[in-house]
Amino acid sequence: MRLEPIPNPSALRRFGLPTGALALTVLIASALALLAGANPFATLGLILKGAAGSKFALLETLNRATPMIFTGLAVAVAFRAKLWNIGAEAQLYGGAIVTVLLGTGALPLPSLLLLPVIALAAMLAGALILLGPVLMKTRLGVDEVVTTLLFNFIMLLFVSYLLEGPMKDPMGMGWPKSPALDKAARLPRIVEGLRLHWGFALAILSAIAVWVIQTRTTLGYEIRAVGLNAEAARFAGIPVGRVMVKTALLSGGLAALAGFSEVAGLKGNLTLDLSPGFGYTGIIVAMLALLNPLGVVISAIFVAGVFVGADSMSRAAGVPTYIADILMATALLTMVLALKLTTTRVRWR
Amino acid sequence: MAGREGAEVVLRLDGITKRFGPLVANDAISFDLKKGEVIALLGENGAGKTTLMNILFGHYTADAGSVEVFGQTLPPGHPRAALAAGVGMVHQHFTLADNMTVLENILLGTGSLLSARLNARAAKAKVQKLSADFGLSVHPDAKVGSLSVGERQRVEILKALYRDARILILDEPTAVLTPQETTALFETLRKAVALGLSIIFISHKLNEVMAISSRVLVLRHGRLVGEVATAETDRHRLAEMMVGAEITAPKLADRAPGAALMTLTGIRTAPRGNAPGLSGIDLTLRAGQIIGLAGVSGNGQSALADLIGGLEMPTGGTMVLHPEHSGDWSPRAALASGVARIPEDRHKTGTVADFTLTENAVLEAYENAPYSRKGWMDWSAAEGFAKKIIETYDVRCPGPEAAIRLLSGGNMQKLILGRALEAGPQIILANQPVRGLDIGAVTFVHNRLIAARDAGAAILLISEDLDEVMALSDLIHVIYEGHLSPAFPRGEKTPAELGVWMAGQGFEGGADAA
Repeated sequence: MRLEPIPNPSALRRFGLPTGALALTVLIASALALLAGANPFATLGLILKGAAGSKFALLETLNRATPMIFTGLAVAVAFRAKLWNIGAEAQLYGGAIVTVLLGTGALPLPSLLLLPVIALAAMLAGALILLGPVLMKTRLGVDEVVTTLLFNFIMLLFVSYLLEGPMKDPMGMGWPKSPALDKAARLPRIVEGLRLHWGFALAILSAIAVWVIQTRTTLGYEIRAVGLNAEAARFAGIPVGRVMVKTALLSGGLAALAGFSEVAGLKGNLTLDLSPGFGYTGIIVAMLALLNPLGVVISAIFVAGVFVGADSMSRAAGVPTYIADILMATALLTMVLALKLTTTRVRWR
Repeated sequence: MAGREGAEVVLRLDGITKRFGPLVANDAISFDLKKGEVIALLGENGAGKTTLMNILFGHYTADAGSVEVFGQTLPPGHPRAALAAGVGMVHQHFTLADNMTVLENILLGTGSLLSARLNARAAKAKVQKLSADFGLSVHPDAKVGSLSVGERQRVEILKALYRDARILILDEPTAVLTPQETTALFETLRKAVALGLSIIFISHKLNEVMAISSRVLVLRHGRLVGEVATAETDRHRLAEMMVGAEITAPKLADRAPGAALMTLTGIRTAPRGNAPGLSGIDLTLRAGQIIGLAGVSGNGQSALADLIGGLEMPTGGTMVLHPEHSGDWSPRAALASGVARIPEDRHKTGTVADFTLTENAVLEAYENAPYSRKGWMDWSAAEGFAKKIIETYDVRCPGPEAAIRLLSGGNMQKLILGRALEAGPQIILANQPVRGLDIGAVTFVHNRLIAARDAGAAILLISEDLDEVMALSDLIHVIYEGHLSPAFPRGEKTPAELGVWMAGQGFEGGADAA
């Protein structure tokens, strides 16, 4: 078996293969539904309905997509520079901790002032959490995949300690949770009466901002050059280490916004189950979007839709909700494979 | 060696065609190779030589056509079948394991290691006999890592011979050799031919083709455009066949050198891996002068290039720029001081393959106005610059928004050259500026460098191609194990004399290491 590059892939390849990947995903999901003893069409229909079948469902999907847009952007920004940030989960919790610290009466400010201050402080916390691993990478050559991944566990244990100790809610009846945020520190809903909060708008704005940074600014140019060919970048005089650090600060800050938005917009306090792995899902979201920041919004909504839809389908059809995880995994694998095959031809023998 | 009409045909290529997308890399190529002859496969880069040999050896599958060895048609896509039929290939980049001995490398892949060990004595005897028969002196028990480049190539040839190859394919075998080593290689090839082997010799060095081959096949744009007996042609006609147009050698008018622009005194750098660092180099770059640096690769050229290019700091000695530079020495400092750099590897260091021409054009200047202001890129200014380079330097491309990886090596190099020269440099570091380029592009790059010299730039030309160094340089230094020879004025030394220096003789304490 041999791989040959295709210099100019045809339109059929460029659109047909990803479509085929999607079809394969649906096919596998159908098979699984059959295996669970349900009608595959009904199952898929229920997932679709649960994800976008009503205003309520759609808003729920967008709500669920919000933290994934942030973590997806964090991953997309970092991966663009070939900085493998697997630690968006840790940075998310960093942002959440700061949100609780500053949002429970520490700063007597009006809401309009308080929220931006908290958001910026949260970003700073996330940035600092990633600063350690990236400095170890640029100065000592320590693999950031390992350090950022391990930081997730350190951070979770730290949050656990905080929730059992200094940050424990005295009124929490012994549950490991933080006190609730003040009203001024809560992100309001975009439309009164509907669950969607301003965190979603912030996520969209962040995606646009990242896109502008990548395509229009000097830093974005540097990040792309470093990611595509660090050796050529260094030769041309681009300070590769410094660009890596700037990328890390941006990436960590974006991931922290996920924590801020979840605590201030949705939950209102910090618990250990604040994130069901949004940091890791961010990797899937970013990969599906081919690291394109605007694509991240779409892929995050898609991923969120699958999860929300599967939840609701599971209640109605009795197919386990794990089908969502399998769907996600198949979608990612087939899509990545399809995209590779768009530019590569496989020759047997 | 002419007049082999009656000789047995050992290899026959019939109508080989290979397409990569819209590109026809090989277009219905047919030829015969006869027993005991050396044919040279000549062509510019991208003419299809390597593709053709990869098809012959089974690395690629042809879209049409067949390969016949000793009357048997080879199944396409099976290197093992080619090996078994007696075809041996010596690649330009060696495929040897450094930590194993010569004998182990030769035996690698010939059978299970266990049985190979049992037969080690017989194998060693066979290798020694081959060494003697073909004049390939190399100790079978030496570790490959300790061998010189010339010796490693001998191991590669022994590898093929050990597998009873009757047809040898040599891909640019002299690119890494000193003139003396090249002579030795040619001796070996002549012995091989005398023993009835047949050889395909791939090269773009015309004098070598003239020296070794009995027949020359010329490829151009994937097509076989000429087939001549070597005795009936000359270098000039071969060059014309290669490029399809008349070519002229670069002309260097006499010119008095100007002021010193960079002075290196006693410069030392740290060694890197197997390659030595610089050990006390004195070098002065003067305005309006081309200094050529000859030498076998891996003797400190990269260290010197990186030093001047701002990628490396010296560990000793002084480096003075005129006008003086203060502060850290870095690529940016080098660029700001008027040092333009043409890097050795245009794919790895010179360009970002997936960037557009525009993005690559501003790679070194992106931070400066007008390309960026206050952190924002001005892409229309950048595109304007790219268009200017494309026009002025005749870069053939689909447009400034095309990815640079779509360009041929020559056009890529023209963009790099344009990027470097448009900055109006005082000093130009040209590291292997024409390696792998076709003759048209070579002439273009050389003429531009000469024009820059005539306009008053100081140029350091680093090249492994002695002909290039001798044709272009006002002064020639030879570099060997991090030491620099005295400066030889243009025309003072013959290639053979320089070759002696390249092998390390003449240097203080260096003769023994040759």
